[in-house]
Amino acid sequence: MKAIKIFSGSLVLLLAPLAICAQNHAILAAKLYTSEGPVIENGVVLVSNGKIEAVGPATSITVPEGYEVHQAAVATPGFIDAHSVVGLAGIYNQKHDQDQLEKSSPIQPELRAIDAYNAREELVGYLSAFGITTVNTGHAPGALISGQTIVVKTAGETVDEGLINPMAMVAMTIGSSVADNFEKPGTRAKGVSMLREAFVAAQSYEAKMANKDSTKHPERDLAKEVLVKVLKKEVPALITAQSARDIITAIRLRDEFGFELIIDGGAEAYSVMDEILAAKVPVIIHPTMIRTYGDTRHATFISAGQLHKAGIPIAFQSGYEGYVPKTRVVTFEAAVAVANGLDYQAAMQALTLDAAKLLKIENRVGSLKVGKDADIALYDGDPFEYTTHVMKVFIDGKVVSSEAR
Amino acid sequence: MRRIYNAVMHTLFCVFIITLSGTLFAQVTAFTDARIIPIVGPEIEQGVLIIENGVILNVGSADDVKIPEDAVVISLPGKVLMPGLVDSHSHIGNGDGGDASSPLHPDVRIFDAIDVHSDTFKKARAGGITTVNIMPGSGHLMSGQTIYLKLRPATTVYDMLLNKDPNGILGGMKMANGTNPMRALPFPGTRAKSAAMVRSLFVKAQGYKEKVKLAGDDASKMPDRDLQMEALVEVLEGKRMVHNHTHRHDDIMTSIRLSQEFGYRMVLHHVSEGWKVADEIAAAGVPCSIIVIDSPGGKLEAAELRFDTGMILEQAGVDVGYHTDDGITDSRVFLRSAAFGVRGGMSRAKALEAVTLANARMLDADQKVGSLETGKDADFIILSGDPLSVYTIVEQTWVEGQKVFDRANPDDLKFATGGLDVFRGEHYNHHVDFNNN
Repeated sequence: MKAIKIFSGSLVLLLAPLAICAQNHAILAAKLYTSEGPVIENGVVLVSNGKIEAVGPATSITVPEGYEVHQAAVATPGFIDAHSVVGLAGIYNQKHDQDQLEKSSPIQPELRAIDAYNAREELVGYLSAFGITTVNTGHAPGALISGQTIVVKTAGETVDEGLINPMAMVAMTIGSSVADNFEKPGTRAKGVSMLREAFVAAQSYEAKMANKDSTKHPERDLAKEVLVKVLKKEVPALITAQSARDIITAIRLRDEFGFELIIDGGAEAYSVMDEILAAKVPVIIHPTMIRTYGDTRHATFISAGQLHKAGIPIAFQSGYEGYVPKTRVVTFEAAVAVANGLDYQAAMQALTLDAAKLLKIENRVGSLKVGKDADIALYDGDPFEYTTHVMKVFIDGKVVSSEAR
Repeated sequence: MRRIYNAVMHTLFCVFIITLSGTLFAQVTAFTDARIIPIVGPEIEQGVLIIENGVILNVGSADDVKIPEDAVVISLPGKVLMPGLVDSHSHIGNGDGGDASSPLHPDVRIFDAIDVHSDTFKKARAGGITTVNIMPGSGHLMSGQTIYLKLRPATTVYDMLLNKDPNGILGGMKMANGTNPMRALPFPGTRAKSAAMVRSLFVKAQGYKEKVKLAGDDASKMPDRDLQMEALVEVLEGKRMVHNHTHRHDDIMTSIRLSQEFGYRMVLHHVSEGWKVADEIAAAGVPCSIIVIDSPGGKLEAAELRFDTGMILEQAGVDVGYHTDDGITDSRVFLRSAAFGVRGGMSRAKALEAVTLANARMLDADQKVGSLETGKDADFIILSGDPLSVYTIVEQTWVEGQKVFDRANPDDLKFATGGLDVFRGEHYNHHVDFNNN
């Protein structure tokens, strides 16, 4: 908790000078998606000091003097990528820029994304120019516990500047990819056994730490400390589970240890929707256009639509690729999901407010609402259309991109 | 003798298949009321396409084209009809990639490794692809001979050949430069060595070609048969197109330099940095087949990949195509590449040509496929809407007058969407192991 306080403290200090010189903006959009209600035709968003000052139809909002006016065919809240490795898995795919997966041991919850995230990585700027303004990024799938994730804005020159949550989730994987990266475990069952052992050890650590006599406390253990946070539901477990059996295993582990579970990937989630619903678990669905091989061979274009229809909360992710593309763009993935049956507005919500709720940052971002951060994307047409351009992107009320993309 | 026997048997088999195939095959069929995009010429609002025996009889507007009395009429109001897509660079068919034993094997034919039952063919049909160049490689300077296939229903690979004569030229020659072929011995370690190794082999092929020429009709003077040299002589004679994987601007220029030194015909593939040398590519008269990746990078030489490469090359006057490189990108969303070309500034007409006729030219197949014109193969797709819209789906794919994909059929639909036990998933693994693009 102390660490979090220090970070949020430095965040305020760093943002303070930005706020002083911030320009006020008025965004006029023929179609304004707020994620807080129906689309507003001829909508206006006023931005002041990095925050949203007013939202509504042009008929009810007067643009004050001195506000810089930006016109667009469409405007939306900045989109949220609910699971990425951007900032850790760099553009060049060379040893010096690949920090997303530590292979020295299959269980390392103590690996902090804040110690690895490169805010100036080219792909971070690439995403922000496409209107992706917040990412949950960090350690990749491929280890039983690969490390932590952070929630961060795709702006700023250091990790602290854009940071929203320095320890958003602990990333875990159940599936065949773990055995590709480590000598041990070599099988799924062994992997799960090792995960259970780690949680049992954390339970024991927690119990010993609860002793009022501090001389009886065990030595500090960074890994166990993090798992205790998971056990206490202070930090959710993000478990990458693609096949149906791995999803069921993740739920079984959740039931055994009582942590908060978020399913990542879910290539076969459509085949166990009743179980996921009953377990009340959200799914950060695999990129719609993910390659269909290995554990993702049964992934479908229609998964997002089916899960949504069943009532399972979903969010979109850029995911992780060892090769190309080094990052995907969640807008593109949601678009293909809509083309394959996902309700349009549901896709818009999944990219904004639903993702914000899943990441517990809805007080800051995820919709165009008075008082929230002014993270806004402007388009020259339907944001999901292939041929539409992202024209301008605001993060915290500042234009971070104005080149048509 | 064996080859001739095979060819005869193959022809007989084809006749047998044709006899058995759908009733529409020999029947005159008219597709009406669709918006037709013929690629050659303007788009036709109320279009009519008439086919017979797998060939296009006529195409035009409802006002101009007379529908024969005996024609079966299929009315497609609200639909868009365009040529079947031509993919100039793909790895579908489970063709084993390239062999790691040598950096140069022009003798290796992917023809000998195609699995016609591969689910990847069904995936490609679901994406509207009807003609494809399947390549080995590209972790080699010369990965081997590519194969041009039509996505007909098939029992053997012979049923899918674009060039139906199995003794003819069946594909191109896959080459690559840049970082992919640079690896441990016997592969080259540097770019200059890469070029030197390719040049040495072509010099040898020139010598072989000269010996064959000098021998004339005198069999006793013929050099010993050399499968590598035979394939390269076909390249030197311009009969076999070189398909050259290349990303960086200087690698592109090296490819052009070598093609000019030895006088072979070439298509440049991927061309991530083609935008830097667009005028030079145009001056060399070399066509480009571009890959669309959702973000740049993945390796150093692709870090400057851009969506506007198509526009820049088009404006420089280069013949531009797009390819899937499946499994790098998915055949089911191939039209997306053309749409991203337009997003990057390409003209609509050239972007649509880039997934049809331009690619057909790169496969020396533009007399048969790539546009809807009288006399060409009846390869076409029926779309729910505009080809450049994300919301458009491929409803039907037809190859030579046969429907090979129908989204209304659940057995076909599952290959369009995916699902439990649809894809076996072995295809991409191989590709990624070799780290190719």
